[in-house]
Amino acid sequence: MASEFTMRVWRGDISGGEFKDYRVEAQEGMVVLDVIHTIQATQAPDLAVRWNCKAGKCGSCSAEINGKPRLMCMTRMNLFEPGETITISPIQTFPLLRDLVTDVSFNYEKAKSIPALKLKAKEADGTRRMYQDDVDRVQEFHKCIECFLCQDVCHVIRDHEDNKPEFAGPRSFVRLASLEMHPLDEEDRREFLKSDAGLGYCNITKCCTEVCPEGIHITDNAIIPLKERVVDAYYDPVVWLMNKLTGK
Amino acid sequence: MANDKYETHEYDVIVIGAGGAGLRAAIEASAAGVKTALICKSLLGKAHTVMAEGGIAAALRNVYQEDNWKVHFRDTMRGGKMLNNWRMAQLHAQEAPDRVLELEEWGALFDRTKDGRILQRDFGGHRYARLAHVGDRTGLEMIRTLQQHAVHKGIDVYMECNIQRLLKDGDRVCGAFGYWRESGKFVTFKSKAIVLATGGVGKAWKFTSNSWEYTGDGTTLAADVGADLIDMEMIQFHPTGMVWPNSVRGILVTEGVRGDGGTLRNSEGERFMFNYITDYFRAETAETEEEADAWYEDKTNNRRTPDLLPRDEVARAINAEVKAGRGSPHGGVLLDIASRRSAEYIARRLPSMHHQFKELADVDITKEPMEVGPTCHYIMGGVRVEADTAATTVPGLYAAGEVAAGLHGANRLGGNSLSDLLVFGRRAGLYAAQYAQNLEGHPSPDADQIEQYAQELLAPFNNDGGENPYTVHMALQDCMQNLVGIIRTESELKKAQTEIASLKERLAKVTVEGHRQYNPGWNLALDLQSLLTTAEATTMGALERKESRGGHTREDHPGPDPDKYGKINLVLRRKDGELSLSEEPLPEMPDDLKELFEESK
Ligand SMILES: Cc1cc2nc3c(=O)[nH]c(=O)nc-3n(C[C@H](O)[C@H](O)[C@H](O)COP(=O)(O)OP(=O)(O)OC[C@H]3O[C@@H](n4cnc5c(N)ncnc54)[C@H](O)[C@@H]3O)c2cc1C
Ligand code: SF4
Ligand code: SF4
Ligand code: FES
Repeated sequence: MASEFTMRVWRGDISGGEFKDYRVEAQEGMVVLDVIHTIQATQAPDLAVRWNCKAGKCGSCSAEINGKPRLMCMTRMNLFEPGETITISPIQTFPLLRDLVTDVSFNYEKAKSIPALKLKAKEADGTRRMYQDDVDRVQEFHKCIECFLCQDVCHVIRDHEDNKPEFAGPRSFVRLASLEMHPLDEEDRREFLKSDAGLGYCNITKCCTEVCPEGIHITDNAIIPLKERVVDAYYDPVVWLMNKLTGK
Repeated sequence: MANDKYETHEYDVIVIGAGGAGLRAAIEASAAGVKTALICKSLLGKAHTVMAEGGIAAALRNVYQEDNWKVHFRDTMRGGKMLNNWRMAQLHAQEAPDRVLELEEWGALFDRTKDGRILQRDFGGHRYARLAHVGDRTGLEMIRTLQQHAVHKGIDVYMECNIQRLLKDGDRVCGAFGYWRESGKFVTFKSKAIVLATGGVGKAWKFTSNSWEYTGDGTTLAADVGADLIDMEMIQFHPTGMVWPNSVRGILVTEGVRGDGGTLRNSEGERFMFNYITDYFRAETAETEEEADAWYEDKTNNRRTPDLLPRDEVARAINAEVKAGRGSPHGGVLLDIASRRSAEYIARRLPSMHHQFKELADVDITKEPMEVGPTCHYIMGGVRVEADTAATTVPGLYAAGEVAAGLHGANRLGGNSLSDLLVFGRRAGLYAAQYAQNLEGHPSPDADQIEQYAQELLAPFNNDGGENPYTVHMALQDCMQNLVGIIRTESELKKAQTEIASLKERLAKVTVEGHRQYNPGWNLALDLQSLLTTAEATTMGALERKESRGGHTREDHPGPDPDKYGKINLVLRRKDGELSLSEEPLPEMPDDLKELFEESK
């Protein structure tokens, strides 16, 4: 049940490049990443691409497939009509290194700046107690595989390179929310959220939520509650404290 | 450093590999106050550890009070068919609980018991529910926690930097040499001590749960500087990989599916595992379906289901069923959890399995069974280390995690790898730091040596042999899959040796196109060196061990040989460029630990 496709793949580096067409046969069940590997093995041995798990768990293989940010290992070829031309380009928001590989160091730099977890004292018996109900919401954020597709799609940095220094992006907000809502955390990140992470730039377009392969409700569950905290903090420190203590 | 031709960095300790073992080692070394660097060939956070699913084994006693380190120790040794280094198994069982609790201090959020503590799940070969977990994405939780902790501690991280050679000063290591994937340019690390934490070798096989990174770099780097390897014949084939579609064949299906209630059936609907209970595990395994079913609800008064026998046993059983013509449509067997558990339960406990099957195979595991079969998963063998310090046989060189050998013996229990990474990653970091602190002077690699390595690494660009690296790699994978798989026999192993020898000749003719910048063809050409070394080592060991034990099954020597091979490790060492093999006695277990095994007979 093999079908023929034309894969139009970006080839090039910062000095320039172009889309190149490769005709390939996709066997039943194949994903885009399999087809890229077939091209590598038979037509273009130096085609640059990142991947690791081939199962949607590591977040390495992000690209734009027909213009949509997706994981190549979780995009089945049977999504497309046989004979169709499928365009594969590198994610746009970050500087190109080569072919499908981009320089994602922006995300690692932002991660360094986030104020770390600060746990309160242990229970009297020396243990930590946390209940499933309290950790559920934070576990949603911990599902993040750092594919940076949300960062790629967010217009604040996709369309405005110059916002990058002031805006940490949706991935960072997910991490900040996970720290802020950790049941035992005591750190105060309100000033950081407002001034350093640029939470105010986000105008809740929800594009990030739409592309998240882990189905994390980035806007509703992370960003909006963070925005509320920052606002509460400015108008009513007591409300902020209550939120913090009850993990809301 | 003006007189260095290539980019050069100097550290007290470098850690090669940023999975669980490498991260934990770097955290410990840095905390000991030495200048530490962490190097990895993918981006940070993408190492294999991120893919681990089921959980971390540690006798926390949150679910079963009866559990303790001795029971965990005994399970590990018996699961490893007593080939394990007893001291490593002891340290591992004793220290794992503290290492897991430490992760919680650093921000990990495991699934919880009703009274707010860390929940533990059942896994194969573990007497009690012992695996701390987060649904079926435990590795992600672990690597992210360690990664963030390391980042906040300010450890220097070199990503997408591929180490190709270790450097020596006399008999000691003094650094490492490799290239940046991004630019293809060379880089030298001068270092007093080195921790290897490079993971495994599975990419030498065709059907594997392992990623492109698993090319046996660490074992080869170590062997090349004269370190001992042991147990290289001990390869774990995980019983449950996906088998269909072909393009996803080998991707892992966590043992957590069986731990949480999934059962294996053949094409006739029979729960065949009851036919494969060996004497070794008979006393602790249910004999009837009724007892096995009752065990899910009441674990104290029933014995465990044979679906959860150790992996080597289950993989062999599936292999035999398929061979006997009782396989599923695509050559596996059926794994069914839908008939025991509700859709809601499955989606909560096994979300990533649910997602993976739905997206990749159009199978809804809350309604239908999965088709599964064995996949190359893990190597128990590797670099020989001293139990307490993780020191290899070369001064200054340490090893931890999957690249090191000894803890798991002939077969690893599920969940014992993640705990291994933490326990021995920490120890490797600690002792490497101590070694570096006690060493006088600066590490000084030999510039001529470095230049020779640089030329070797560039050879594939200058060759005109015309071999394609991808074709050579596929030929190796076919060879290992067909001739050095789950069931082995002398004639096939000898054939594999001949094929590996001819692949080595083909490797010398591999030619790559293009330039050095992010060039996967060139990178693979270099990886083939370590893939072939590992394949050669595994085949040599497999040929020599004339018995069946754990991850090594010989059709022509079907039983264990307790008097000879049960008492020895096969040790591989490079002599004048060639690997040579010798037999050495296993470390002798002290009497008080021996008693743990006698009591239970
Ligand atoms: C799908 C899957 C599920 C699993 N589930 C479980 C489970 O539930 N429980 C369990 O206990 N175990 C599980 N395992 C096993 C366990 O995950 C691995 O054994 C373990 O993560 C290995 O960790 P490590 O730190 O030794 O190496 P890895 O995490 O693989 O890290 C290796 C590191 O070395 C680097 N590296 C390698 N070569 C070089 C080089 N030449 N130069 C520079 N860097 C290099 C890599 O970039 C990487 O950073 C699973 C394995 C797989 C594949
Ligand atoms: S919701 Fe906010 S963070 Fe998400 S894409 Fe829109 S602007 Fe960016
Ligand atoms: S939040 Fe979702 S889209 Fe963003 S990096 Fe994490 S997994 Fe990717
Ligand atoms: S390769 Fe890991 S997410 Fe695609």
